[in-house]
Amino acid sequence: MVHTFCVDGRYLALDVDSGTVHMLDELGYEVVSRWEEQSEEEIVSALSSRFPEEEIREVAGEVRALQESGTLFSYDEDLHRAPQETDPGVIKAMCLLVAHDCNLRCRYCFASTGTFHGKRLLMPEEIGRKALDFLVARSGSRRHLEVDFFGGEPMLNFEVVKKLVAYGRELEKKHGKVFRFTITTNAYSLTDEDIDFFNREMSNVVLSVDGRKETHDAMRPTADGQGSWERAMANAKKVVAKRGQKDYYVRGTFTRKSLDFSKDVLALADQGFEQVSVEPVVLSPDSPYSLLPEHLPGILEQYDLLYKEYVRRRADGRWFSFFHFCVDLNGGPCIKKRLSGCGAGVEYVAVTADGEIFPCHQFVGRQGFAMGSVLTGKIDEDLRREFASAHVLNKEKCASCWARLYCTGGCAANAQAFHGDLRKPYEMECEMEKKRLECAIAVQAAEWDGE
Amino acid sequence: MKHIKTMANSCINKGAGTGCGECQASCQSACKTSCTVANQSCQNKGEKVFNPARKNG
Repeated sequence: MVHTFCVDGRYLALDVDSGTVHMLDELGYEVVSRWEEQSEEEIVSALSSRFPEEEIREVAGEVRALQESGTLFSYDEDLHRAPQETDPGVIKAMCLLVAHDCNLRCRYCFASTGTFHGKRLLMPEEIGRKALDFLVARSGSRRHLEVDFFGGEPMLNFEVVKKLVAYGRELEKKHGKVFRFTITTNAYSLTDEDIDFFNREMSNVVLSVDGRKETHDAMRPTADGQGSWERAMANAKKVVAKRGQKDYYVRGTFTRKSLDFSKDVLALADQGFEQVSVEPVVLSPDSPYSLLPEHLPGILEQYDLLYKEYVRRRADGRWFSFFHFCVDLNGGPCIKKRLSGCGAGVEYVAVTADGEIFPCHQFVGRQGFAMGSVLTGKIDEDLRREFASAHVLNKEKCASCWARLYCTGGCAANAQAFHGDLRKPYEMECEMEKKRLECAIAVQAAEWDGE
Repeated sequence: MKHIKTMANSCINKGAGTGCGECQASCQSACKTSCTVANQSCQNKGEKVFNPARKNG
């Protein structure tokens, strides 16, 4: 399969099974786009009013040469045949919900302003230690383990976070592991000491800021109804200023109320952040903030607008990185990773403040998805197998999709929320992901072309 | 070639020694609501595509 597309006048072709990317001229685009459906004679006939026949046949020759080299219209049986049995394997990543509470009252919060639809609760140190013990015990020979301190707002339980990091360091020595800790914070209440701790201990820091002040303050008020942008922004800048080359992301959310979200991405870049992610909100259609199918054309247009400005800025010295416009076309993850995706419920789990295990943070509290407890050390292996088998090759809609080796079949939590079926991806997410991937490839083409 | 220029060679890495699982779980990065591995790199190959150090490279 070959996916041909055009971004801002740039014609491109992705050979799906090999991952090869080609830049095309307009005629090349027209011929490659028709190649699987029409014979050479039909293509000549269809295009001869616009292009000289000699040139059309010249392109056909180029297509055949690339086919022979396995970089255009390639077919790899292994990428189409689902394995019979899927072994869930080890657990290597954990989202630790250290605080089911928050100092903000974000209107779109999937966790119901931090409570996860239950009581406001902080994770006791002992439960956190048992969670880390569980992760180590289930990690087999994996050396790198990931723990994301999440909430709610994890800073409401920061003393426990610090103790758990110290405990993790002990476990590293004892078991030959490496913990990569991450913290996801709204950055509203951070001291200089907190920031120093982040920069010393956290492999990645995710700072939740939505972009423009008006966008952010409309969605992310404090518990007493005040805007939180000024403080969050000032603190986020402090974190980044002291972070050096270590990873961070400033991560926003866009909603029905901020459909011009490209301005929020650029607003974050204008504030000096170089690693930016702005994500679509995921809410049920009856929420006043949810994204609906009728919003999709406008959302896709926003990615086009962002693409143009992104390429312009990166070329003129205002470099920044937008999470979804990054793609590794020369390496990237191995095929196993491309087929298995995020690993929710398989190699990645979320642990609540009282020690319950769920497939991921988005599944917390959903009926039928409590899969064990770190207190007993037991986990539902049948449910793990069910998640493991819901990989991209077992999803009917993904079989014919050109993006399947990049999105890996979409978010399991979204599939379950919108269709009640782990194997039926959420269509809005699919369309956005495809658009972002086209833009990401086009960014590389623009920069490759400009070199 | 005149009309088709190959910009990036095959990146679907099926080679021996892959599937070690040492890489980052994709959702742990900066999305938490989307699913993509496009921007991830192999742990054993080192450099990440969004590393600021590459911006001038």
